[in-house]
Amino acid sequence: MSTPKKIVVVGNGMVGHHFVEQLHSLNSEAQPVEITVLSGENRLAYDRVHLSEYFAGKTADDLAMTSENIYRHWGINFHLGAKVTQIDSHKQTVTTVSGDIYSYDKLVLATGSYPFVPPIPGKDKEHCLVYRTIDDLDAISASAKVSKVGVVIGGGLLGLEAANALKQLGLETHVVEFASQLMAVQVDAGGGKLLKEKIEELGVHVHTSKATQEIQAGKERRYQLYFSDGDVLETDLILFSAGIRPYDTLARECALEVGERGGIVINNQCQTRDKNIYAIGECALWNNFIFGLVAPGYTMARVVANHIVLGDESDEYFTGADMSTKLKLMGVDVGSIGDAHGRTPGALTYTYENQPLGVYKKMVVSADKSRLLGAVLIGDTSDYDSLSQYMLNDIELPKSPESLILPSSGEKPRLGADALPASASICSCLNVTKGDIISAIDTGATNITSVKSCTKAASGCGGCANLLKNVVDSELAARGVEIKTDICEHFAYSRQALFDIIKVQGIKSFSDLLAEYGKGKGCEICKPTVGSILASVWNDYVLNPQHVALQDTNDTYLANMQKDGTYSVVPRIPGGEITADKLIVIGQVAKQFGLYTKITGGQRIDLFGARVDQLPLIWQQLIDAGLETGHAYGKSLRTVKSCVGSTWCRYGQQDSVTMAINLENRYKGLRAPHKIKFAVSGCTRECAEAQSKDIGVIATEKGWNLYVCGNGGMKPRHADLFATDLDSVTLVKYIDRILMFYIKTADRLQRTSVWLENMEGGLCYLKKVVIDDELLVADELEAQMARVVNTYQCEWKTTLENPESLKRFRQFVNSDKQDVNIQFVEERGQIRPAKLEEKRELA
Amino acid sequence: MSNSNQNWQPVCEVSDLVMDSGVCALVRDSNLQEQQIALFYMHCEMQKKQVYAVGNYDPIGKANVLYRGLVGCTDEQIFVASPLYKQRYLLSDGRCLDDDSIKLPVYDARINGNKIEVLL
Ligand code: SRM
Ligand SMILES: Cc1cc2nc3c(=O)[nH]c(=O)nc-3n(C[C@H](O)[C@H](O)[C@H](O)COP(=O)(O)OP(=O)(O)OC[C@H]3O[C@@H](n4cnc5c(N)ncnc54)[C@H](O)[C@@H]3O)c2cc1C
Ligand code: SF4
Ligand code: FES
Repeated sequence: MSTPKKIVVVGNGMVGHHFVEQLHSLNSEAQPVEITVLSGENRLAYDRVHLSEYFAGKTADDLAMTSENIYRHWGINFHLGAKVTQIDSHKQTVTTVSGDIYSYDKLVLATGSYPFVPPIPGKDKEHCLVYRTIDDLDAISASAKVSKVGVVIGGGLLGLEAANALKQLGLETHVVEFASQLMAVQVDAGGGKLLKEKIEELGVHVHTSKATQEIQAGKERRYQLYFSDGDVLETDLILFSAGIRPYDTLARECALEVGERGGIVINNQCQTRDKNIYAIGECALWNNFIFGLVAPGYTMARVVANHIVLGDESDEYFTGADMSTKLKLMGVDVGSIGDAHGRTPGALTYTYENQPLGVYKKMVVSADKSRLLGAVLIGDTSDYDSLSQYMLNDIELPKSPESLILPSSGEKPRLGADALPASASICSCLNVTKGDIISAIDTGATNITSVKSCTKAASGCGGCANLLKNVVDSELAARGVEIKTDICEHFAYSRQALFDIIKVQGIKSFSDLLAEYGKGKGCEICKPTVGSILASVWNDYVLNPQHVALQDTNDTYLANMQKDGTYSVVPRIPGGEITADKLIVIGQVAKQFGLYTKITGGQRIDLFGARVDQLPLIWQQLIDAGLETGHAYGKSLRTVKSCVGSTWCRYGQQDSVTMAINLENRYKGLRAPHKIKFAVSGCTRECAEAQSKDIGVIATEKGWNLYVCGNGGMKPRHADLFATDLDSVTLVKYIDRILMFYIKTADRLQRTSVWLENMEGGLCYLKKVVIDDELLVADELEAQMARVVNTYQCEWKTTLENPESLKRFRQFVNSDKQDVNIQFVEERGQIRPAKLEEKRELA
Repeated sequence: MSNSNQNWQPVCEVSDLVMDSGVCALVRDSNLQEQQIALFYMHCEMQKKQVYAVGNYDPIGKANVLYRGLVGCTDEQIFVASPLYKQRYLLSDGRCLDDDSIKLPVYDARINGNKIEVLL
C-alpha cells in the first residue's frame, strides 16, 4: 500500500462537503487519500439552499447534510471553528486561527462567499445584519423580537427570500433596490414589474431606484435610511443582501491569480495557478464568471475528486454551467432560463402577459426561430421543464414557437419526456441525465422512490421533481410497466376515475359498482373511499343499509372511537358561537352521563367517554335542545373557526362571525376525500388563523380575501391567496367550485394542501379552473354543490328516527350488560380511561 | 375442537346481525367464563350466507372493539380491520395479516333456522 496522499479541504459548505463525499467514495486501497476538513463555521455542512426553512421550523439538525459521526466513520479528520488564516504554498502547509498547522499534498479551497455590505455610513450599527449562515439567522430572529419594521437592502433573489423571512417573523417589511426593477439578474423589465406588483400584493413594500446614502438615528423607529433623492424610510432592522463576494483573501495572500472583481481563477480541472491547489464552488472564478448556485459547485467538486484520484487520466472537466432557476418567492412562481434578457445578437422575443391573473412569460429565440435561447416566467412556471429542455438539448422549436407559452386553447405541443435525448440533464444539482435514469430502471428500479435512491436525483434544490417523475413514468410505460393508480386490488381505477364512473353511470351503491367495475368483496381502502364518493355525489343517509358496511368505524357509529373503545361526542357549534342555553344543555348532558369535557382546538366542545349504547341517548337530548352533529368523525367539513369581527372588535372590517356561521351551515355534512377546515377573520390581524386552513377568509375594507389549501397538522402549509376583495356572493361561488373540484379530483385521504402541491400548474391552474372557468366545469361544480347543500340532513337526527339503525348501538346483541373492560378513574374532577395497571388494581 | 364438553349454543337471531358487518355477543365458554364474541355476517358464493365468530378483544388496541371494524377481503380471504389501529385479522383462522405473532381466538359458528349458534 502506498502512503496516502494528504488532502486538506478549506471550508465545509455545501460544495466542500460534496467534494468530501465524492473523494471518499472514490478512495481506494491502491491510491489511498487522507482527508482533513477545516471548517470555518462551528458546525459541519448544512443545506444553505433551504436555509430559509429554518424560520419555518426546521432546526440546524434538519438542515445538516452530514454529521460528525458520519465523518468519523468515513475516517475523515475534521476541525470545527478552524478558519484558515494562511497558506504557505512552498512548504505546502496551511495555518488556522488557533495557530495549528496542517501539511498537504493537494489543497482544495471551498471557502464560498460572504454577503457584500455596501460602504454606507452607519452600516456597522447594531441590528444591521446579513443572511448567509445559521448564526446570521439566529441574529435576525433575536433582533426581530425587539423590532417592528425591517428593511432588506437589495432586491435580488436572496433579498426577496430574506424579505419573506422578515415577513414571517412578523415585521412590517420593505425591500429597497438600487436598480429600477427586482431580480435584475434573472428577469427582464416586464417580469420585474409584475413581480413587484405580486410581492406588494403580499404586503411587502418595494422601493426601486433608491440608493441608500446613510443610516441615521430614526425618529419613530430605531433607524432612518436616508436616500440620495432625499426620501427617508424609518426602520428597526436592516438586512443587507446586495450581492456576494468570494472569500479569496487566502488566495490573494499566497499570490494565486484572482479576478478583477474577486474570485480565485481556475482552469477546466479547477486548478489554480499552483497545480497543487484547487478552488471549487462560490469562491472560484471560471472563464471570468462566478457561479452562485450549488449545481455548478457540485460539478466542480466531482471534477476535482476525479482529478486527485486519477490525475490527468481523468476525463471530467468543468465546462461552465446552466444558470437557469425556478423557484417560489413568497408564493410567487419565478423561472429564468438561459439568456433571459435576449442579449444574443439577432435574438427575437415572444411575450405573453395576463395582468388579471398575474402571469408574465417571455421566450427568447434565435434569429431563425429554430432554437430557444432563454425565457422568463412569472406567476406560472408550468412551462419551465419543457422550455429548459428545449434550450439545454438544443431541440428544434415547433413551427409557431409562441404556442409553448400561450395558454392552452386546444392542442399545446408538449415536449414529452420520451422526446428527450439520453444526454438530457434531468437533475442539474446532482448531475443526473435521462441516461442515468434509464440505467437505474434497467438495473431494477421500478418506481420513482427507487430511482431517487439509486441516482440521488431531486435531492438537491428539488426543482426537477416533476420532470423526474415524467421521465420515470414514460420509461416505465415504454417497458410495459403499468403505472398503478389503482386504489386497491378490488378496483383498477384511481379515485378520480371512480368518481366519474359513479356520477356518469348514476351508480348508487357499492355492490353495483363492485359488480360492474370491480372484483372480490372490497376492503378497508375501497369501501370508505366509495362510501365517501357516493355521499359526495348523491348525499344519501350514510347509514342506509347499502352504505352502512362501507363506512370507517367512526362514520358507522357517528362518533370518534377513543383508545378504550368508548366514544367522543361533538355537537356542531357553527363559527364557535353558542348561546348560554345550549352551553347549559351540553353541561347537563355531560353531567348526567359522567362525560369528560374539553374545549377542542376547533372552537367547540368535545364530550368523551360515552359507551356505544349511550350514544343515542346522549344525542337525543342534544338534538331536542336544537344541537346538531358536528361531523367530528367524518371526512367532511369540521369547523369554521371565527373571530368576533366587526360586531364587537374595534378593528373588525366585516362581520366575520355571520360569515363563518353561514359558511359552516352551507358546507356541513359535505363528504370529501379528507376533512376540511375553514376560518374567517375580521381583519388582517387574523385572530381566527385563516391562513392555516383549507379555506381561509379574511375581511378587508372592501370585502373578503380568499385563501386556499392551508394546513396545520403534521406538515403545516401556509394557505395561498386566491382572490381579493370579493363580495359575499362571489366568495361563496368560488368556494363551491374549489371544494367540488377538490372532491372530484383529489386522491383518497389527500388534504387540500397536498392536492394543490401535486396539481400540475398549481395555484395558477386552480385559478384558471375556478375564476376563468377554463375547463368549462364551473356550472357543473356549482350544481353539484347545490345538490349536496339542499339535501343536508343531521345524521344523528335521521338515525334516532330509524329503529333499524339504532340496533347497531348495542355492545351485545344478546345482553344488556356492559363491557367490563371499560373502566375510568378520576383526574382533576373528571373521568379518564384507566391505565392497564390501574385496571389490574381495580380488579 | 372435538372437546366433549363443547356444544352448540344459540347466541342470537339472524335478524340481530348486520349484513357484511359485525355485532357482538356475550357467551359463557366451557369453563363458564364470560367471553365477548364478534360475529360477522357475510355473503358468500351462490347467494349463500355465512357467519364467522372471533374473539372481540383487540390484542393490540387492548379494548373490546373488533366487531366494530371494517370487513374486507384480500386474495379471496375475508378479514376484519381493527377500528383502533387498523391491523387486519382473517375471519377464518384469526391470523393477523400485519403481525405474524398475533392470533385471535376463533369459534365455529352456524346458522340454524333463524338462530345463530356458536360451538363453545
Ligand atoms: C379533539 C381535537 C383535539 C382537542 O382536544 O382540541 C382533535 C382530536 C383528534 N384529531 Fe385533530 N383534533 C382537533 C383539532 C385539530 C386541529 C386544530 C384545528 O382544527 O384548528 C388540527 C390541525 C389543523 C389541521 O387539520 O390542519 C388537527 C390535526 C389533526 C390531524 C392531522 C391532519 C393533517 O392534515 O396533518 C389528524 C390525523 C388525520 O386526520 O389523519 C387528526 C386527528 C384527530 C383524531 C380524529 C385522531 C383519532 O383518530 O382519534 C382525534 C379524535 C377526535 C375526537 O375523538 O373527537 N387531527 N386536529 C380537536 C377537535 C377539533 C374539532 O372541534 O373538531
Ligand atoms: C438564503 C440562500 C438561498 C439560496 N438558494 C439557492 C438556490 O435556491 N439554488 C442554488 O443553487 N443556490 C442557492 N443559494 C446559493 C448556494 O447556497 C451556494 O451556491 C452554495 O452554498 C455555495 O457552496 P460553497 O460550498 O461554495 O460555499 P458556502 O456554502 O458558502 O461554504 C463555504 C464555507 O467555507 C467557510 N470558510 C470561508 N473561509 C474559510 C476559511 N478561511 N477557513 C475555513 N473555512 C472557511 C465558510 O464559513 C463556509 O462555511 C442560496 C444561498 C443562500 C444564502
Ligand atoms: S382578526 Fe381582527 S376583527 Fe377579528 S378579533 Fe382579531 S383584531 Fe378583531
Ligand atoms: S435540479 Fe436541483 S435537485 Fe434536481
